[in-house]
Amino acid sequence: MNPPREQTELMEKIQQVDFALVELTLYLDTHPQDYRAIQQFNQLATESRQLKSQYEQQFGPLRQFGGSYSAYPWNWNDSPWPWQM
Amino acid sequence: MWTYEKKLQYPVKVSECNPRLARFLIEQYGGADGELSAALRYLNQRYSIPDKVIGLLTDIGTEEFAHLEMIAAMVYKLTKDATPDQLKEAGLGPHYANHDKALFYHDAAGNPWTATYIQAKGDPIADLYEDIAAEEKARATYQWIINMSDDPCLNDSLKFLREREIVHSQRFREAVEILKQERDKKQYF
Repeated sequence: MNPPREQTELMEKIQQVDFALVELTLYLDTHPQDYRAIQQFNQLATESRQLKSQYEQQFGPLRQFGGSYSAYPWNWNDSPWPWQM
Repeated sequence: MWTYEKKLQYPVKVSECNPRLARFLIEQYGGADGELSAALRYLNQRYSIPDKVIGLLTDIGTEEFAHLEMIAAMVYKLTKDATPDQLKEAGLGPHYANHDKALFYHDAAGNPWTATYIQAKGDPIADLYEDIAAEEKARATYQWIINMSDDPCLNDSLKFLREREIVHSQRFREAVEILKQERDKKQYF
């Protein structure tokens, strides 16, 4: 099952931003005084939220347990799951 | 608590059905130096490690679960269209006899995962040195699998995981230095 190209592209954008956030998190865990890294972290955190909201409006919820809103009927359980994409 | 995000940390694509590669990849699913071992090791050690490095163990441990999901996605994609004959030919006959195409926590040779793969010594330096060694062993395993793989799509994801092991090792090394500084500070005052 191949998702629409638009979905794959937006997902890859999210994966890029979230990767930078993971990397910055680990870096800041051992370099807590790096002001510029924290600025970058906070900026990317905003960008990640915006991209996810945009994705969710078109392709369904990404975040579990209330991190995302549901359409009617309940669409958290909808396929495809990540390994099916 | 933990929450799930309906996305992979990094895209997983495979060129074709290839159960032989899946058999090797299982090493990083339920093997001694695999992603399950890594996640459970760090998330268990964090309860008795000094506060300065709890965040690091929590975050790396959490990332390891995302890697575990990537390995599962690889194995799923490499085997989903395979016939029983193809699985048998790839050396997965014993796996198929017990699990069909279900994933199971064992290594490439079929040994089931065991808690004896991981340690929590309660000594922060001993624990962090184990963690550094675990990352280096996982990095080496990814390299050996890449050396045997001729699937460029899969290798792209495997190289991502290999690089993550290097970063984790580096962060754990920094954590050791942080704890040494703390220890020395206490001696002076």
